[in-house]
Amino acid sequence: MNIAKPNSYRSGPDDRGHFGIFGGRFVAETLMPLILDLEKAYTEAKADPAFQAEMNGYLKNYVGRPSPLYFAERLTEHLGGARIYLKREELNHTGSHKVNNVLGQIMLARRMGKKRIIAETGAGQHGVATATLCARFGLECIVYMGAVDVERQQPNVIRMEMLGATVMPVQSGTRTLKDAMNEALRDWVTNVHNTFYCIGTVAGPHPYPTLVRDFQSIIGNETKAQMQEIEGRLPDSLVACIGGGSNAMGLFHPFLDDPSVEIFGVEAAGHGLTQLHAASIAGGRPGVLHGNRTYLLMDADGQIQDAHSISAGLDYPGIGPEHSWLHEVGRVNYLSATDDEALAAFQLLSKLEGIIPALEPAHAIAKVLELAPKRPRDHLMVVNLSGRGDKDVPQVGDILRGKSK
Amino acid sequence: MTTRIDTRFAELAKQGRSAFVTFLMAGDPDPATSLEIIKALPKSGADVIEIGMPFTDPMADGPSIQAAGLRALKAGMTLKKTLELVRGFRKDDNATPIVLMGYYNPIYIYGVDKFLVDAKSAGVDGLIIVDLPPEEDNELCLPAMKAGLNFIRLATPTTDDKRLPAVLANTSGFVYYVSITGITGAATADSSAVSEAVARIKRHTKLPVCVGFGIRTPETARDIASHANGAVVGTALVDALRNSLDAEGRATGKTVNAVAELTAALAQGVRGAQQAAE
Ligand SMILES: Cc1ncc(COP(=O)(O)O)c(C=O)c1O
Repeated sequence: MNIAKPNSYRSGPDDRGHFGIFGGRFVAETLMPLILDLEKAYTEAKADPAFQAEMNGYLKNYVGRPSPLYFAERLTEHLGGARIYLKREELNHTGSHKVNNVLGQIMLARRMGKKRIIAETGAGQHGVATATLCARFGLECIVYMGAVDVERQQPNVIRMEMLGATVMPVQSGTRTLKDAMNEALRDWVTNVHNTFYCIGTVAGPHPYPTLVRDFQSIIGNETKAQMQEIEGRLPDSLVACIGGGSNAMGLFHPFLDDPSVEIFGVEAAGHGLTQLHAASIAGGRPGVLHGNRTYLLMDADGQIQDAHSISAGLDYPGIGPEHSWLHEVGRVNYLSATDDEALAAFQLLSKLEGIIPALEPAHAIAKVLELAPKRPRDHLMVVNLSGRGDKDVPQVGDILRGKSK
Repeated sequence: MTTRIDTRFAELAKQGRSAFVTFLMAGDPDPATSLEIIKALPKSGADVIEIGMPFTDPMADGPSIQAAGLRALKAGMTLKKTLELVRGFRKDDNATPIVLMGYYNPIYIYGVDKFLVDAKSAGVDGLIIVDLPPEEDNELCLPAMKAGLNFIRLATPTTDDKRLPAVLANTSGFVYYVSITGITGAATADSSAVSEAVARIKRHTKLPVCVGFGIRTPETARDIASHANGAVVGTALVDALRNSLDAEGRATGKTVNAVAELTAALAQGVRGAQQAAE
């Protein structure tokens, strides 16, 4: 790719929200004033030490941070290559990395005086995190979820309802994450005067990709400090799964300007890249959807195509704009793992380490199974274990029983 | 540069009446019926025709227009065929302005420069692109103006006086005031709020102001038209079309007439309005 290498990979976006050609603010006029307000509120909050101090208090005592950086000894032995560390985001309150971002956005919503919170969710982890913080701060919470995902992630639907949220099953389109996002945007356009849209990943119109990245960067910042303490140096490689790309961006961003660190993002290859999948970088091209320009799965006419992944959280035909840029400038390598590879990794990690991962990070583990054996024994590899698998137990149980019959 | 839109609004101003603007989806329920419907609109009283460009993910549209887009896509509609539809219409109507309305991605994928050339030569006069606010003017708005097409901007209840100049800066043809915060086909417009908003916009621009979203009946159309230079009806026409389809969603002998009849009734409503003083 003939794109000039920037001096820093961490200086984006520009003031119009662009990472190279990606990003931007492709939204209806109704939403523009609010998006500009949000940008202003976020800029002010970032400069306010009281905001950071309050966040830190909740991150420590409510979310339970820092999350451990754990040496996966048996997985390392099993693969016989790199030393594998798991960043244990699944131990956070609510069971995934999603809560880091939701906490930040809910604090912003409070600053902006918004009392009604909406969110989209795929796997339900972002919905659960949003419902949780809305309960904690006494805010109304409406979560849009594709009807297909309501079906396959039942445990999280029940959790959201217990937390007092209203779950709205979305019947339009493919009835998955993309349609949940459309429906959330429709709600937002309608109720713009009192509603804060809490987006669950590094996508959407500027400033969302940036603020979600910033709130998730605690993952990479902690990892850097923890690795320094444990091994006395930087890791050699990072691996994370990618739906919209928030857990990946959170881990990657603090390391982008450390050239010795190899970085791998893992998209969902579903049934395989020549069939139904959700790998927008491997199988898509740049287009405009949900407020930003980014890699998308679409047909020759620019119509968005159905994504497929076994994992509801990765079942999205797009990816955050900063990832599209990192792909084009060649800083991050984007790989993909199929449904079957993820299922095998899900089982392997459960049996070897006693950690049942969510199906989303099982995609990252699947690529670790390929990458680690090819690396020397002193190579330090960090995998973002973005969530725990409790929500997937019924679905995976059904699949495995069906297979063993 | 004078477009068919400018000419049409100038004529209407002379006659002292407001425009009736119709919206239907290109290719709904199939390309051939769609062309017949569009051809029937001017005879039934449409002054300006908006044609939706189908998109899988229309995030500012309600269920009726979402479904219309999906019907069209299922019938094989593409952006190229939408331009052919306009070309077909232009064979026997060179006066009625045509405005294409939709979302940016299909145009971006078609290629902006090629699209502008092809749209102009097909007989398109203006564009309304929902997800291109003034912040993204470099994408399509400025190239469209250069190509001689009007870029019609949406102003909304959230567009305050501070923001209006930015919204109006590169707008031409007319200004489309979205009368509600919401998606198409949802709430009903409140005429006193609309009249205030139109007056506010007119303090900033000499362009005609048309009002849409939430107009379903000849009565509301008359009411709104008396406060603005035009009233836009979309969902009600799309619903009339849908109600004429068979169980499989195919056109029937009633389809063209169903749309034409409602168009005529709404046009009468608009023509009954006393236009507000300029
Ligand atoms: C545990 C977990 N990991 C990853 C993801 C994918 O999102 P992202 O790519 O934004 O991290 C999800 C989304 O639902 C998730 O629940």
